[in-house]
Amino acid sequence: MSSTIATPVNSQTPALPQAKRGSAHSVALARQADRASRSGIWVGLFAITMSFAAFSSALFVRQGTMDWTHIVLPSVLYLNTLFLLASSATLEVARRSLTAASPVGSNAAARKASAWVILTLLLGLVFCVGQFAAWRDLRAQGIYLTTNPNSSFFYVLTFIHALHVLAGIAALVHLAGRLTASHSTFRRSLFENTAIYWHFMAVLWVYLFLLCRMKL
Amino acid sequence: MEESSVQQAHVNAPPKGFLRKYVFSLDHKMIGKQYYGLALAAVFTGMALSWLMRIHMVWPLAKIPGLDLLSKAGAPGGIITPEYYLSLMTMHGTLMVFFVLTNAPFAAFGNYFLPIQIGAEDMAFPRFNMMSFWTTFVAWAVLMLAFFIPDGPPISGWTSYAPLSAVGRDAGPGMEYGMSLWGISIALFCVGSLLGALNFIATTLDLRAKGMTLMRMPLCTWAWFITSCIALLAFAVLLPACILLILDRHAGTSFFIPAGLVISDRMQPHSGGSPLLWQHLFWFFGHPEVYIAILPSMGIVSHILINSMRKPLLSHKVVIYSMMSIGFLSYMVWGHHMFLSGMNPTSALAFSFPTLTITIPATLLTLMWLGSLYGARIQINSASLFALGFISMFVSGGVSGFFLAQPSIDIYLHATYFVVGHFHMVMGVASLFGVFAGTYFWFPKMSGRMMNETLGKLHFWVTFIGTYCVFMPFHYLGLIGNVRRYQSFVDDFMQPYIGWHKFITICALITGAGQLIFLFNLIYSRFKGEPAPQNPWNATSLEWSIPSPPPWNNFGDKHPVVYHDPYQYGVKGSKGDFVMQDSPEQVIVSGD
Repeated sequence: MSSTIATPVNSQTPALPQAKRGSAHSVALARQADRASRSGIWVGLFAITMSFAAFSSALFVRQGTMDWTHIVLPSVLYLNTLFLLASSATLEVARRSLTAASPVGSNAAARKASAWVILTLLLGLVFCVGQFAAWRDLRAQGIYLTTNPNSSFFYVLTFIHALHVLAGIAALVHLAGRLTASHSTFRRSLFENTAIYWHFMAVLWVYLFLLCRMKL
Repeated sequence: MEESSVQQAHVNAPPKGFLRKYVFSLDHKMIGKQYYGLALAAVFTGMALSWLMRIHMVWPLAKIPGLDLLSKAGAPGGIITPEYYLSLMTMHGTLMVFFVLTNAPFAAFGNYFLPIQIGAEDMAFPRFNMMSFWTTFVAWAVLMLAFFIPDGPPISGWTSYAPLSAVGRDAGPGMEYGMSLWGISIALFCVGSLLGALNFIATTLDLRAKGMTLMRMPLCTWAWFITSCIALLAFAVLLPACILLILDRHAGTSFFIPAGLVISDRMQPHSGGSPLLWQHLFWFFGHPEVYIAILPSMGIVSHILINSMRKPLLSHKVVIYSMMSIGFLSYMVWGHHMFLSGMNPTSALAFSFPTLTITIPATLLTLMWLGSLYGARIQINSASLFALGFISMFVSGGVSGFFLAQPSIDIYLHATYFVVGHFHMVMGVASLFGVFAGTYFWFPKMSGRMMNETLGKLHFWVTFIGTYCVFMPFHYLGLIGNVRRYQSFVDDFMQPYIGWHKFITICALITGAGQLIFLFNLIYSRFKGEPAPQNPWNATSLEWSIPSPPPWNNFGDKHPVVYHDPYQYGVKGSKGDFVMQDSPEQVIVSGD
């Protein structure tokens, strides 16, 4: 189906040596790939921001059209916030241990960084469990998804955010795996992009929490 | 462990095995062809649906053979019921807008040609690319499933307005399971589109070859890039809207359903929702969506016209900035779909201004095309004919927009056939003309064979004349008050115009049959067409510097270096009156 019909090559570009692993071209390609993955993560985060902006605007529109009966947010949410912020801190410690060690990317440094990454994802899991506890707390008060408009938004916003956090945890698991695998080659951009995503989830949570506090 | 510069997935060995080569391909070219195939299936389905709608409108008791097998409740004895008409209309709109107009010009051609035109070996994220196609495919399959369930497809239109789309069975046939399938399908489509848009943006920003500055990218690449920026933000809003709709339908929430609503004599167990919220969320996506549908075709047509005229456009910067302005302004006008929704009239004014403003870049584009055509000796072939036809369709369909943009006039014209004529011409037909032009232009590159020119020209004239005959009368019907989305017109004042509807129906059937010429040409040429040279159109952009069809990694062993913009026509080159982008030849006349 894709057999090339032989045609004379009449392009003007002179043929360059074939790309080999480690050759100048392959290095350039890898740098391109790193830049692309960095662009990709920011573009992805932009889309996620837009989605939460849509949810937020839905909340503002709804709120403007009726009387709100405020719900009391479970206090465990404050603890959860602390855990998530702490996980950002541990991820930054992981970054320091990657850069501080010499040579860059030595096995010892990678293992140390991996330990901090694992701590990060554990804190993230604690956050998720804490969110679940918050939902249970609300249910104990008789506030469910459909009880009133506030509760609907609270459950939807926190659930969608938690889904994104779980995706981040999966990425951290992958990162920890790449850091500790003995024969794999580790790309720094993987760490950077995962870190950008994870920190964004923390910032997003702070925004959502404040939004819920003020509006719900 | 070392940090090493290992290549991404796209710098691998060529794909092996049937599944990897043709099914779960990571190659942007195969994925582009897969999107094209999906769009082809969707467009013929959507066209068949429009035939059923048109036949029912003028011959309501016509027995459609076989339709009762598809839907016993919707077409007993082959006669389409009023509700089933609405189902057909909903699926027609959904298939056409999402699976044809977003897929074909943007996902199909963009995936195939954007990496090549910027000199890259593949998209930035080939695995995401594959996922985005298969997500879109599953979305299509889920939607099509609605035809085969007993209750049939939903009847709420492609816009699925709440509360009727949110309450379930009480809203009518197809509103229980069919509507749920629609919601899931569109949510999946959003995910596929978001992944695709992300890929396009990262690829365009970071994978350009040496010398390929942004301003040296062809106009169609610019169009795909701008479209992907719009798509990223638009689909990111539709997805939450669909999620909230699904929750209203299945989890008992009340985002869109107000209190005290009685439908089909049953009180709906919801409270506190706002139907207007759905309209805001939907149209905040929906208006950028129509620009997602048209911008790639604008780019493709510009690209082809420059080649056919053998001279650059009057100003490429104006075209690029106009496309950017259209993209930017598209986010400010969504309320013009809601002039009659009960919103504050002052907000109607606030939406009317940017809507009229957006006509400025659109007009500038038209002036660029027409102004460049003036005095040009254009080479006429199927591709350039459809490119010219695009301009005609875009202007004819676009000018009715000037009227609809004004709330005072829209009060009368909203939800009439005037609107239907407007969007079919300016978005549906024009965009498809861009797709046809692109197909005739790029088929040689994709398959290594030429399409039949005679059949192509025949296809053009049947389609051009046919679509004018079908959609021009819609404007007049709208002006006399013909309401849209009605399955029959029984009012006294409509009776003199049933003859018009009959004329339209017959033209629609003939025009639709004319598309079989295209389908035949496509399939026949794929196997029996004349072998194509590498650069049959003597074009300058990078896709014409590689073999037809391109090798798996596009440029083979070569790494393209770009020296010029793609507008070097009418100059003295070693090949004739053009200089290719990757040619180090000096140019006497430099581009814009």
